[in-house]
Amino acid sequence: MEITLSPLSPSISKTFYSSLRELKDGERIRKCLQCGTCSGICPFGYYMKFPPGKIIGTLRAETFDLVMKADSVWMCVSCQACTEFCPTQIPITSVLMTRTKEELLLAGNVPAELQTALRNTQQYGNPLGESPRKRADWAAGIQPEVKILGKTRQPVDVLWFVGDYASYHPRMIPATKALARILNALGINFGILGPDENSDGDSQRLAGERGLFEMMAQKNGQAFKKFKFNEIITTDPHAFNALKNEYPALGISYPVRHYTQFLAERLEQIRPMLKNEVAAKIAYHDPCYLGRANGVYDEPRTLLTSIPGIELVEMAHQRTNSLCCGGGGGGMWLDGFQWEKAHVRLSDWRVKEAVASGADILTVACPYEPPRFEDSVKTLQPASALKVREIAELLAESMGV
Amino acid sequence: MKIAVPIKFVPDLVEELAIDASGASLDTSWLRLIINEFDDHAVEQAILLKERSGGQATVMAVEAEGVDDFLFTAAAKGADQLIKLTGDSAGANNHALARVYAALLKELQPDLVLTGVQAHNDLDGSIGPLLAEYLGVPFVGYVAGINASGEKVIARKEYPGGLVAETEVKFPAVLGIQAAEQPPRYVAYSKIRQVMGTTKIEERPLPELDSSGGATVSRMYQPEAAEHAAMIEGGADEAADKIIGILKELGAL
Repeated sequence: MEITLSPLSPSISKTFYSSLRELKDGERIRKCLQCGTCSGICPFGYYMKFPPGKIIGTLRAETFDLVMKADSVWMCVSCQACTEFCPTQIPITSVLMTRTKEELLLAGNVPAELQTALRNTQQYGNPLGESPRKRADWAAGIQPEVKILGKTRQPVDVLWFVGDYASYHPRMIPATKALARILNALGINFGILGPDENSDGDSQRLAGERGLFEMMAQKNGQAFKKFKFNEIITTDPHAFNALKNEYPALGISYPVRHYTQFLAERLEQIRPMLKNEVAAKIAYHDPCYLGRANGVYDEPRTLLTSIPGIELVEMAHQRTNSLCCGGGGGGMWLDGFQWEKAHVRLSDWRVKEAVASGADILTVACPYEPPRFEDSVKTLQPASALKVREIAELLAESMGV
Repeated sequence: MKIAVPIKFVPDLVEELAIDASGASLDTSWLRLIINEFDDHAVEQAILLKERSGGQATVMAVEAEGVDDFLFTAAAKGADQLIKLTGDSAGANNHALARVYAALLKELQPDLVLTGVQAHNDLDGSIGPLLAEYLGVPFVGYVAGINASGEKVIARKEYPGGLVAETEVKFPAVLGIQAAEQPPRYVAYSKIRQVMGTTKIEERPLPELDSSGGATVSRMYQPEAAEHAAMIEGGADEAADKIIGILKELGAL
């Protein structure tokens, strides 16, 4: 299938390069040492025709049009490993990789799988293509009832921004329900937007759809304005990242935390409620957008180690060099594309590491991860006994809710 | 070459469909509409033809929720003219739509009309052949590829069994699109927003709708599970005898 590209301007290298330097900290790109650290630490760097460092090389050689015609940037999962370890601290993910994807998307060079997720986001407010009316259906049966702010119209303390996968994905829904039951058990006065909630848009933004991200943000901003609450908590590190770091520039600014931070703050209230033992060796996977992107490494571990019976083990890659599950930056919607190219899945690597660490349970804190890691568990024979659990699920099990 | 693409929006199956109180049509209170997939391909094919052979592409639609976004997206892909027929089209069947589009097309005089060959709610026949009849021009359906040259096109028409026929069609003609030569391209949302600021959708009022000629729906219902399955035992000859017996009983033989 021939992909029709819009004609490329001959000065694309120059124009693109100067546009990067106008972004926050974008000037640092001129200090690139061409040391190769970014390309080396990139989980798919070995496969890309143009890994991050080489893209900078093409900008300097004014051959960026070669990058536009290749499709290797779609292997980037926006995991921020390059950003974390660049010796001259170039924010490579946001300044280079995301902008490169934006250019390719504008020119029409975007894999069909990803197109579907983007179209679904535009059409239905979620990349899964599910009906927006059913966004709060997961909450059926929870007692006390989960307040849907559009219906109850009462002020609440906490607005829980549930997120796409936590609302709709069949594997995530049990974890979402667990978190609802925990919040109820703690007596938190919370509400959700339900059908008024749209995708946070962060992964779509990192996949090159800046315009779509802004549209989703605008819709969420309008929904937030309608209701009274003191703070926002999210199930999803991607939503946390968007609300904390990207929405304020669009005029939408609220105090926001990931649910692990919110619960860790209430540890003294939670600890006596953890009555059931969960006797297991657990490995905690640092999600890219909680860990590297936002520096939250300790709170999830604090929560986990307070559960009686748990022995926390660390995997070979942890904290700042945690291995991405492969879902970010559009990766969640590029599985076929990436598989056909590399014949390896990042989630498989991580699951193998979990097995090697001796863990019984691989614990996660991001809604992309349970389905991704469980798929790996199903396909990797040595991992067949490994369980995958959201932190909320383990806490709820120990609390007996 | 002037190409016109009449499109329609159809019920979106992302929502569960419900039958209304009359028992003969869909309950529209929660109905979501979405572009007919085959019409989406027709727009893509029109843009491809325009890119290859030059010319002008006009996309036309009847007012409905979501139609504006679709028209602007078509413009962002390269459509030159956008026309929206405004007014109440509730209850319009394909015969009514075909009459309405035919009137507009007679005014525009396109060389080629591309429209989706079918839709999942074509209860009274598809728009393509009806349009061709009202315009008095040829119709070729199940087209999955078009080569334009001069005053005619070669349309690749798909047949069952993997057969493809290359049909020469002189302008003006209506082609029912099965699939465009490439999947409908993606348009960045920022481009669509840009187009919304710079492109106008021409609005024309819908004339009075004439639905005559279409089938009347007497009853619309969900498939009803019946409980009648008998497993036929025995070897080939025995089973054949039994089947013949059953068919005779039912009056089929």
